Amino acid sequence: MHTPSVSTPPSPVLLLDGIVKDFPGVRALSSVSLKLYAGEVTALVGENGAGKSTIVKILTGIYQPNQGHIKIDGQEVTLSTPKEAARLGITAIHQETVLFDELSVAENIFIGHSPRTRLGLIDWRKMNNDALNLLERIGATIKPTALLRDLGIANKHLVAIARALSIEARVVIMDEPTAALSHKEIEELYILVNQLKADGKAILFISHKFDEIFRIADHYTVFRDGELVGDGSINKIEPTELVRLMVGRSVEGVFPPRTEKLGKPILQVQHYSHPTEFSDISFSLRRGEILGFYGLVGAGRSEFMQALFGITRPSSGTLSINGHPISPKCPADAIAHGIVYVPEDRGKQGAITALSIVDNVALPSLQTTSNKGFVRMASEFALAREYTQRLELKAAALDQPVGELSGGNQQKVVIAKWLATQPAVIILDEPTKGIDIGSKAAVHAFMRELASQGLAVIMVSSEIPEIIGMSDRILVMREGRQVAEYEREDVTPETLVSAAAGIEKYSAA
Amino acid sequence: MSGLTSNNASVMPDRLRGQLFRIIASWEFLLLGVAILIFLFNVQASPYFLDPWNLSDATYNFTEKAMIAFAMALVIISGEIDLSVASIIALVSTCMGFAVQLGFDTPMLIGVAIIVGAACGAFNGFLVAIMGLPSIVVTIGTLSLFRGIAYIVLGDQAYSGYPKSFAYFGQGYVWWVITVEMVLFTVVALLFFLLLHLTSFGRSVKAIGNNPTAALFAGIRVPRVKFILFVLTGIMSAIAAICLTSRLGSTRPSIAVGWELEIVTMVVLGGVNILGGSGTIFGVFIAALVMGMVTFGLGLLNVPGIVMSIFIGLLLITVIALPIIIQRTRQRVAS
Repeated sequence: MHTPSVSTPPSPVLLLDGIVKDFPGVRALSSVSLKLYAGEVTALVGENGAGKSTIVKILTGIYQPNQGHIKIDGQEVTLSTPKEAARLGITAIHQETVLFDELSVAENIFIGHSPRTRLGLIDWRKMNNDALNLLERIGATIKPTALLRDLGIANKHLVAIARALSIEARVVIMDEPTAALSHKEIEELYILVNQLKADGKAILFISHKFDEIFRIADHYTVFRDGELVGDGSINKIEPTELVRLMVGRSVEGVFPPRTEKLGKPILQVQHYSHPTEFSDISFSLRRGEILGFYGLVGAGRSEFMQALFGITRPSSGTLSINGHPISPKCPADAIAHGIVYVPEDRGKQGAITALSIVDNVALPSLQTTSNKGFVRMASEFALAREYTQRLELKAAALDQPVGELSGGNQQKVVIAKWLATQPAVIILDEPTKGIDIGSKAAVHAFMRELASQGLAVIMVSSEIPEIIGMSDRILVMREGRQVAEYEREDVTPETLVSAAAGIEKYSAA
Repeated sequence: MSGLTSNNASVMPDRLRGQLFRIIASWEFLLLGVAILIFLFNVQASPYFLDPWNLSDATYNFTEKAMIAFAMALVIISGEIDLSVASIIALVSTCMGFAVQLGFDTPMLIGVAIIVGAACGAFNGFLVAIMGLPSIVVTIGTLSLFRGIAYIVLGDQAYSGYPKSFAYFGQGYVWWVITVEMVLFTVVALLFFLLLHLTSFGRSVKAIGNNPTAALFAGIRVPRVKFILFVLTGIMSAIAAICLTSRLGSTRPSIAVGWELEIVTMVVLGGVNILGGSGTIFGVFIAALVMGMVTFGLGLLNVPGIVMSIFIGLLLITVIALPIIIQRTRQRVAS
């Protein structure tokens, strides 16, 4: 599998030690360490919310740690700005590359450090030549003068890598670089990673895909809930052990008990498909049931939910509620049929942050709170009061703008606004993402309470404890397909992660 | 859904601050102060200002524009803009003139005007709301298109010969110095006040302007609301065209040139956020009075028109810059 790396590990190029990062009310990282070695790939593994992106932002100078040391070649440094991080040779290649679509390939490679003529103007000829050399070195056949927006995502990655080479980066961070790539492009990327290794770069590779971690990484580091839970050499660990480290923790006890009796089926979905995002999803949902949807980011779960809610249209398949087939053409249709959707992106899709709590809660219920088209403030306030109290919303007043509330309280407003429509089916997309523990518990308790009153709940979540703790049944999606379905009793964190990441594929290979 | 645990969380008040505080702290209140100052200044500056007939005449400065401004306020609050309003006036007026040649009487002329105005608005609305094109581009296009049609029909000619009864809208008086237009202006202001502030439609408009995606997700039929707003603006332009044509007694293709900018100025001066999401009809109402009085006052002082336009331009920039500067200063102080 792997030739063991150098017998005694040399001193790391980059060393993070005792890094602590606090956000208001949340400790994102508590005393984590990370070591990156020249010419070696370190895989950073962890669930969503484990602190992976926080560490990337610290490394690229976007966040400042509250405590801890960062050393490059044994010298202590501060990465106070992104520019400073780049000067010290740290560069990041993101999932969706942050480059400039309207500039040429060469300009993208050299932006910020373009070669100049004596007059101080950009030396275009030199820049294009240098760009060509860099691109040839990594085996890319891209014209330096081409516009970036005309390239595919794989070629954009190549440009980002050329840029990393041009600033003579010593540390290259690759944040889920294969998430949007095809199979062939991924193979080409692996070759490149090996070239970067041969060039002596220290590489931090963030990925959810176990097959690629075991294929290209030399070391692993596992974060869980902002803490370092394990690291070591990749050839000394089994995939199952890595999964255990990643998810391993007790999930019992903290979640409300399940509903004893499920009601009649209310929602039936058959062969729901979309041209690009998902295909052939079928299930049936009963009153009082919480159906969990698990999968990796990009598995098509949100896209599928939005199709149920009428935001996108399916290309085929049927949807029926209480036995009546429906085809929602817009959210208003779906709401009229009793299906509501609490989106993942609170700020953009869920809440209107500039408007007050009462305005937000009343918005989808305007038809019921108004009288012949005229709003009735009294009934709006009554409605807002009723539902926000049930969710234990903490706010100064009901006319406070939602944007002033904490994330957890904003989410309560969004959930309240949907419950106020008295739906039959509620879809919650990552309902507790980025909110504090206390709000999480309140949301969980409330979800269970609603289910016990006969509401059918669909919950999309990427958090293993939440999905196992809350769901009566779990459906796993991978790459737009429904790949597994489990009763709650039959599921373990390991089986879920394996199904979502496609680990069978790895063990078969 | 009864039977839920009632929480003993501390009782949350409905409102954070009293209504009175909100009124005093508002832009509209400030603007009202400005209006009073300008009024007093005008009284001091010219002995002719307070003459009731002079004042009555002066209202023509703003009544027609303001009627459109109320509809424009809703469009801007929804996050869009309609720059074709003055051209709709030209096209509506031309169509009325054409209808006169065919022997139409006054009620039929009104009908023609409303239909043409609504059709122009529907065209804008179709392109913006249904096709999803940016309104600033669409309405710059229709600004040229609608007036272009008027020029093709009329060339350097003018239509006149409107029926006697038609003069009532732009020249008639309801009682003493109270003109028909003043009454229309007030009624329209009241209707738009009800529409924006007291109906669920108005609530949807604000929601869309603040966050169109969240509004869509909240079940608001965003395209339908925007379409209605553009049709409404077309109809208000038609009503303004009726008044203006009636007042002038004739139609030339250059009628109401440049009004769209004065109307947008009026709306923004009234405290409507040019980026959408917030604004009040009361603010636009006061802004219309302010602009009318400034124009009238400067006219009494024999200030040439070009200076007035400089003044209006500076006013617009100040009004847009002021809240932003205040906001930045606050943030700097806070941090």
